[in-house]
Amino acid sequence: MPEKPPEHEDALSETPLHGSPVEAERLVRDNIGWMLALAQRMLGDRALAEDVVQDAFIAAFRGLPTFEGRSSVKTWLHRITVNASLMKLRKLKRLGEQSIDEYVPEFDRYDCRIETPWSTFARAEDILENERLRALVSEKVATLPDAYRIVLHLRDIEGYDTGEVAELLDISTSNVKVRLHRARAALKKLLEPVLRGEVR
Amino acid sequence: MNHQRKTGVRRWLKGFMLKRMHRMITCKEFEDFVLSYLDGELTNRQRSVFEWHLRICRECRDYLAAYQRVAELGRAVLPSPNEPVPEDVPEDLIKAILDARER
Repeated sequence: MPEKPPEHEDALSETPLHGSPVEAERLVRDNIGWMLALAQRMLGDRALAEDVVQDAFIAAFRGLPTFEGRSSVKTWLHRITVNASLMKLRKLKRLGEQSIDEYVPEFDRYDCRIETPWSTFARAEDILENERLRALVSEKVATLPDAYRIVLHLRDIEGYDTGEVAELLDISTSNVKVRLHRARAALKKLLEPVLRGEVR
Repeated sequence: MNHQRKTGVRRWLKGFMLKRMHRMITCKEFEDFVLSYLDGELTNRQRSVFEWHLRICRECRDYLAAYQRVAELGRAVLPSPNEPVPEDVPEDLIKAILDARER
C-alpha cells in the first residue's frame, strides 16, 4: 500500500501557526510546489490545478485559527487540497456517476463466468518497460470516468483508506468499494489485448 | 454443434454444482468478494469458501490473476506523489494567494 502523506519534517508542524504575513508567505512557498503537483494529478490540468491551489490556501488561511496541530501541516494541507480538487471536479460536473456497465464482467444464465482462456499472460514489468504499451495503459486509465478514476487515485496512489475516501467523496464505504472494484474490472477489460500479448 | 452442446451441458452442470453443493459459491457471488479478499477483509470461513471456488473454477482463476495485474498496472501508471515536484511555481500565483489573504 502506498504511504500516507509523510508526517512533515518542517518546523511549522512543531510550532503553532499564528498566521503573520511572514509566516503566511513561508507556508505558501514551502508547500505550493507539492500542492500544485497533487491538484494536477487529480485534475489532469495545470490551469485548473493553479485555481485549486489558490482556493486551498484561502481555505487554509481561514482554517488557521482552528488548526489544532493534531496532524502535521502537510497532512492538513494535503486534505484541504484534495477537498478543493474534488470541489472543482464537482463544479465541472465531472464526478457524476457514469455507467461503465459495458466493461463489467459477464456471466451466463447459470451464473458461471464467461472468460476466454488465457494462453499468454504478459508480465507487468514487461508492459511497463515498453514505452508504447505504458502509454497505452495510461491512456486507458485516463478513459475511466472521473468518478471511478478518482477513487483509484485516492486509495491506491494518495494512500487514503476506504473510510477516508468515503468521507472525502461524501459517499458510503460500500459505494467506494463498488467504484474501486468496477474501475479495476473495467480496466481489466480495456487492457485485455495488452495483457494477452495481442498488442506489442 | 456437438461441441456447443457439450459446452452448454458442462456449464449447466458447473452452475448446478456451484449453486447446490455445500460450501460452494457461484462465479457471480465470487465477484462480490474479490475486493474484500484482496484487502484481507474476509473471515476465515469466507476466505476458505472463496479459495475453494478458485481451486475448481478456471475462469475465476484467470479473471482474478488478470484483475490483480491490472491493479498493479494502474498503480504504476497513475501519476505518483513520488515524482519530483515542479520547481517552476509562478510568482504571480504566489502573489495572488497572498493578496487574497490580505483581503
